[in-house]
Amino acid sequence: METLVFISQNLDLIFERTVQHMSIVFVAIGLAIVTGVPIGILITLNQKAADIVLYIAAIIITIPSIALFGLMIPVLSLIGQGVGYLPAVIAVLLYSQLPIIRNTYTAITNVDPALREAARGLGMTPIQRLRRVEIPLAIPVVMAGVRIAVVMNIGITAIATYIGAGGLGAFISRGISQSDPRQLITGALMVSLLAIASDYFLLWLQKRLTPASSSATAGGH
Amino acid sequence: MIKLEKLSKIFETPNGGTVMAADKVSLEVPEGEICVLLGPSGCGKTTTLKMINGLIPKTSGKIHVAGRDTDTIDPVELRRSIGYVIQQIGLFPNMTIEDNICIVPDLLGWERSKARKRAAELLDLVNLDPSIFLKRFPKELSGGQQQRVGVIRALAADPPVLLMDEPFGAIDPINRAVIQDEFLKMQKELRKTIAFVSHDIDEAIKMADKIAIFKDGKLEQFSSPDDLLARPASDFIASFLGSDRTLKRLSLLKVSDVMLSGRVRVSAEEDVGKARDMMKEAGHKNIVMVGPRGRARGYLHLNDVVEATGTVEEHYQALPTTVNVDADLRTAVSQMFRHDTTWMACVDDDGFFKGFITQRAISHQLGATYRDTLAEDLT
Ligand SMILES: Nc1ncnc2c1ncn2[C@@H]1O[C@H](COP(=O)(O)OP(=O)(O)OP(=O)(O)O)[C@@H](O)[C@H]1O
Ligand SMILES: [Mg+2]
Repeated sequence: METLVFISQNLDLIFERTVQHMSIVFVAIGLAIVTGVPIGILITLNQKAADIVLYIAAIIITIPSIALFGLMIPVLSLIGQGVGYLPAVIAVLLYSQLPIIRNTYTAITNVDPALREAARGLGMTPIQRLRRVEIPLAIPVVMAGVRIAVVMNIGITAIATYIGAGGLGAFISRGISQSDPRQLITGALMVSLLAIASDYFLLWLQKRLTPASSSATAGGH
Repeated sequence: MIKLEKLSKIFETPNGGTVMAADKVSLEVPEGEICVLLGPSGCGKTTTLKMINGLIPKTSGKIHVAGRDTDTIDPVELRRSIGYVIQQIGLFPNMTIEDNICIVPDLLGWERSKARKRAAELLDLVNLDPSIFLKRFPKELSGGQQQRVGVIRALAADPPVLLMDEPFGAIDPINRAVIQDEFLKMQKELRKTIAFVSHDIDEAIKMADKIAIFKDGKLEQFSSPDDLLARPASDFIASFLGSDRTLKRLSLLKVSDVMLSGRVRVSAEEDVGKARDMMKEAGHKNIVMVGPRGRARGYLHLNDVVEATGTVEEHYQALPTTVNVDADLRTAVSQMFRHDTTWMACVDDDGFFKGFITQRAISHQLGATYRDTLAEDLT
C-alpha cells in the first residue's frame, strides 16, 4: 500500500528513470546489433575465427557486471568518462555480443545446405545468397538472440546505477542504503515489468519480420 | 547440346587419400535429348552433373554447353543460363512460390511484370492454378506440388540446357509416375537438352533418349535404353539392369511395332464359308469381324466354324479385349495375361480395327535383337 502511494507520488521520477534505463539498454543493444550481426556473418567464412570470437564473447559474459564496471573506470577515466552513461552502454554492448554473435553465426551456418546449393546452382553470387536467402532465414534466430540480450541487460543495467549511470537501479540502491522498502520494491517491480514488456514487444517484432509461413521452421532458442 | 571430353574429378579426402569420382568421362547429349546418368550409389553421377554448371570444379577435361567451352564463361553467368533441379527441391521458405519461380529472371534483370507473367504461365503448364499458388509459401504445398515448382523454377528463364539431380526422388511412386509423364509431355514441346541423374532403372528407361551407366567414376556404357537392355556391355551392367531386363524392354516398344496387318477381316453380313477360306489362306486360327465403317466388333474362331453355314453375324463371338495401337507392349502383355489370350485385336483411338498382335510376334520381336548379336558373334 505504502509502495503504491510512493509510486503515485513519484510518477515523474519513475518515468524519468525508466527512460534513462531504456536509453542505456536500447542504445547499447542497437550498437551491439550493428557490430554483432556482421561479426556473426563474417565468422561463418572461417571456422578458426569463429571459434576464437565465440570463445572471447563467452568469456566476457562470465565477468561479473560489478567487476566489469570496476575495470572500465580506470580505462575510461583517461577520456574523462570513468563513470556515468558511457561505461554503462559499453558494458551492455559487450554483454550483448555473445547472444547476438552466436545466434547470427548459428542461424547462418544452419541454413539447410540444400537451400544453399539451390541458391548457388541458380546463379546467385555469395552476396546475393546472403541477402536473399541466408539473412532472411536467419532473422528469427538473430531476433531471439536480441531478445535474450535485452532481457538480460535490463537486469544488468540496474547495477549501473553504482557507477552513476542512473536508471531504475537508483531506486534499488537508495532503497537498500536508506532501508526504504518502497523504493526497493518500486525499482524491482519496474525492472521486471520492463523486461517482460520488452520481451513481448520484441517477440511481436520478430513475428512481423518473419514471413507468415516460414515461421514454423524458424524457431528461436 | 552438352559435350563432355575426358572429364575427371579427383577429390582429396581428409586423411590424405584421393577419390576418383569421375574418370575421363566423355559423352555428348544432342540438342533436345534427355541423357540419364545411371549407376549405383557413389559412382560419380552427381559429381559429373555438378561439374557441368561448375558447382564442383573439375580436375581436368573439357565441358561444352550449348556450343561454348564452360572455362570461358563466368560461373555465375553459366549457372543462370542452365536450369538446375535438385533432389531436395530447395524452394526458399522465405519466398512465395511466385518469387521462387522468378529467381533467375530477377537475377538476369528481367522486367518484373514479364517475370511474374512467366511464373503464372509456368504454373499453368504443370496444372497448378496460378490464382491459388502464386502467393503461397512452399510450406503450404504438398511434396508433389513443391517438386513441380522446383522443375518450373529451373525453366523460368527458358534455358536451353537443364541439369536434374534425382528430381523426382523425393516423392512417392504413384505421384512420381504422374510427374514423369507430365514432364515428358512438356519436354516434347520444350525440347530442352537435359542431363538427368537417377538411380532408378525404370525411371531411366522411361525418361531417357540415351542412358549413361557409371561405375566407380567410369562411364561403362552409353546407349539408347533399348540397346542397353538388349546388349549390356558387361556383366556388371547386366546384373545392374537386373535379370528381368528383357521384360523391361516391353515398356519401350509399342503395339504398333509388332502389330500384324489387319487387312484380313470380315464383315457381319458376309458368308461364314468365305471367312473360313480367308483364315485357311492366311494361316490364321481367328478372324476379326468389323462393323460397316471398320470398327472391331467381334471374331470367329476357325475350329468353331468348321462346318458352319450362314452369315458371320450368326456365329461371331465378342472380343474379350482390344488394345490401343499406341499402348506399350508391357500394357499389352499384361492385358493378354489377364484375359488369358494369345492374341488381341488392335484398335486406334476411335475403335477402328488396325491389326492384331500375338504373343509369338512379341517374343519374336524381343528375340530378334539377341539373334542379331548371336549372328555377329558367330561370324
Ligand atoms: N566433397 C567430396 N569430398 C570427397 N569425396 C567426395 C566428395 N563428394 C563426393 N565424393 C566421393 O565421390 C564419389 C562419387 O560421389 P557422387 O556424389 O558423385 O556419387 P553419386 O553417383 O551421385 O551417388 P548417389 O547415387 O549416392 O547420389 C563417392 O565415392 C563420394 O564419396
Ligand atoms: Mg548423387
